[in-house]
Amino acid sequence: MNEANGRIQEVTVPHLAESLVSATIGKWLKQPGDYIEQYDVLCELFTEKVNTEMPSPIEGKLVKILVGDGETAAVGEAICLIEVPADAAAEVAGSGLGGHGAASGESVAAVQGDQSMRGRYSPAVHKLAQDNNVDLSRVIGTGLGGRITRKDVEQFLASGGANAAAQAAPVQPASAAFQAQDTVQPSKLPVRSSGIHLSANPPTPLIEAEGHSLDTRNEHFIDVTPIRNAIATRMRQSVTEIPHAWTMIEVDVTNLVVLRNKVKDEFMRREGINLTYLAFMLKAVVNAIKDYPIINSVWAVDKIIVKRDINISLSVGTEDSVMTPVIKKADQKNIAGLAREIDELTKKTRAGKLSLNDMVGGTFTVNNTGSFGSILSYPIINYPQAAIVTFESIVKKPVVIQDMIAVRSMVNLCLSLDHRILDGVICGRFLQRVKENLESYNLDTKIY
Amino acid sequence: MAVITYLEAIRSAMQEEMQRDDNVFVLGEDVGKGGVLNTTKGLRDKFGEDRVLDTPLAESAIVGVAIGAAMYGMKAIAEIQFADFIFPATNQIISEAAKIRYRSNNDWTCPIVIRAPYGATGASALYHSQCPESVFFGTPGIKIVAPSNPYDAKGLLKAAIRDPDPVLYFEHKKCYLALSADVPEHDYIVPIGKADVKRQGTDITVIAYGIAVHYALLAAEELAKEGISAHVLDLRTIQPLDNEAILEAASKTGKVLIVHEDNKTGGVGAEVSAIIAEELLFDLDAPIARLCGPDVPAVGNNPPMEKFFLLSTDKLKDAMRKLAMF
Repeated sequence: MNEANGRIQEVTVPHLAESLVSATIGKWLKQPGDYIEQYDVLCELFTEKVNTEMPSPIEGKLVKILVGDGETAAVGEAICLIEVPADAAAEVAGSGLGGHGAASGESVAAVQGDQSMRGRYSPAVHKLAQDNNVDLSRVIGTGLGGRITRKDVEQFLASGGANAAAQAAPVQPASAAFQAQDTVQPSKLPVRSSGIHLSANPPTPLIEAEGHSLDTRNEHFIDVTPIRNAIATRMRQSVTEIPHAWTMIEVDVTNLVVLRNKVKDEFMRREGINLTYLAFMLKAVVNAIKDYPIINSVWAVDKIIVKRDINISLSVGTEDSVMTPVIKKADQKNIAGLAREIDELTKKTRAGKLSLNDMVGGTFTVNNTGSFGSILSYPIINYPQAAIVTFESIVKKPVVIQDMIAVRSMVNLCLSLDHRILDGVICGRFLQRVKENLESYNLDTKIY
Repeated sequence: MAVITYLEAIRSAMQEEMQRDDNVFVLGEDVGKGGVLNTTKGLRDKFGEDRVLDTPLAESAIVGVAIGAAMYGMKAIAEIQFADFIFPATNQIISEAAKIRYRSNNDWTCPIVIRAPYGATGASALYHSQCPESVFFGTPGIKIVAPSNPYDAKGLLKAAIRDPDPVLYFEHKKCYLALSADVPEHDYIVPIGKADVKRQGTDITVIAYGIAVHYALLAAEELAKEGISAHVLDLRTIQPLDNEAILEAASKTGKVLIVHEDNKTGGVGAEVSAIIAEELLFDLDAPIARLCGPDVPAVGNNPPMEKFFLLSTDKLKDAMRKLAMF
């Protein structure tokens, strides 16, 4: 259909990287009917190497999605059709109708043509007859089934039949059939009508289908989305490759609670975003990593690579997945800056608008498990990092301080570590430093 | 003029070219003692073992050495004992020989001839009967010739040896001793890329190469008695195809039968058919027909299978008559 008018253009899967041959559509962010500017993001593309957003190479109206959510397309394969501005829509509809009408005409001609070869003219006969103004109904056919051959026409011409041809002879039924055929030929449709295929292969009963329907009473299937698949792969890789060890520490954040309660409204007014506990937690973690840089490392079999930049991966849960966008160079940001980054990344995650750049480069992960009420968890390391820490729910508890019982705001920090790189002592020290940092927040702490 | 066989025509072409040009030499398995099919018989006595080289049983090396020699200005005639065994040399032919001119931007050429005895003679089964031309057909950079008679065999081999580019020379084993003809003793060539009308006719056009041309001529002779006039075009060169001659022959009658012993699917006939279909729709008076080997790996080693698989004058006659009747 698209060759019928040049206005509808295909958008194909770009060649994203050398070895990539296909990409999976994550989610269409535009729908048919949407008007698209050049470089607008059309959809998410997931590949084995990168997950990225697909900008539109052209401007126009999205006409049709050819490859749906979660389907895979080869590089160079068309994934959607875009109609570039102009009055192309009418043409498309027109060609579609023409195709339908011609198809029904074709089948009529086929039925009648079967009766005899008398009305079947080869292109050569057709051309000869037209060039020489021959009435083919007057030519004797010597071919198969009474077919008029090229040689028959040549002989007819040689015997002086051309002059007589000008006088019209009565139209025979056979040539009526021919005329029907003649009108449909230019449309270049598939020769076979679909009915033949259907009757040639009667459908066979599918035993599997019956068994399938029984199963579905108790259970149903959810397709594994590309993102689910990516999570599954990464998790399995992490737990199978990394020998996990786990430790937990309890932190008194009473002073932090007081501090936050005092400044959060003012912060909201000035910045327009929430000042969360997580921002303070991140600052405490980043400062502890500065003291124990080995936490910020990667196992490389024959060596341990210690990363200089501290890029904190933040676990952000959505309804159906978990993403780990990265706060780059977190060590260069103050608490307010971190709060802003957290706000931005969580909003992007929930809107499904994270770019590839937001996702890469993490060196250590913080998971705010407290946000869903957990007080204790056993996190899986964000491969290939060396450790992951969780920030659990802040809970008021009776605590013994100097042999007296006090009500304090307490929180658990849980740390999973790659035991190839890290041991108990270093992790204990690291967690103690995070604890000290968190407990040392007070009303004098600068947010900016 | 002398009446000689197809086999002798090939040998005399090699002999004359070796006399004419000191750079021409022959290499292959057992070529020294004449080769298993006797095509090089007596050449070692005339030119010595430096110019008639026996090689190990390694087709890749035979063609590879020929290419290397060509880079030094020699002109090798590489004999593949049976075309069935050409496949180990395929990489040398397709990746190297065919691409040297293109790859070097015309600085280098690869003047080699690869002689490949092909086709079934009967009773020789799988590995001495195949027609592998379609494997190479469609590879730009190589020329492919397949003579059908002694005159063309000699003239095309001489042209191939003198050609600056690699030429695959398919010689049909059944033609070797079955076909004899008057062949001039003076120097002549049959130009590569030119098809030849072997018989004039008005009812149907048969397009063929190799032994199929011979069958077509015999069948045409018999059909003439039934009043059917067949036009027979011998392609002679199957790459590059002589489009002009194909179109002229096809338009002559508007009814075309293409015949070859190689498998039907993806064979030379498919391309010839496409050329005609692209250019000549309004001259066609019948669907383009093909009579080819069936799509099975190779001929079986028993008479019923051979009868089923191989072309024959009778099979051609039936196909030609059917087309004429259409």
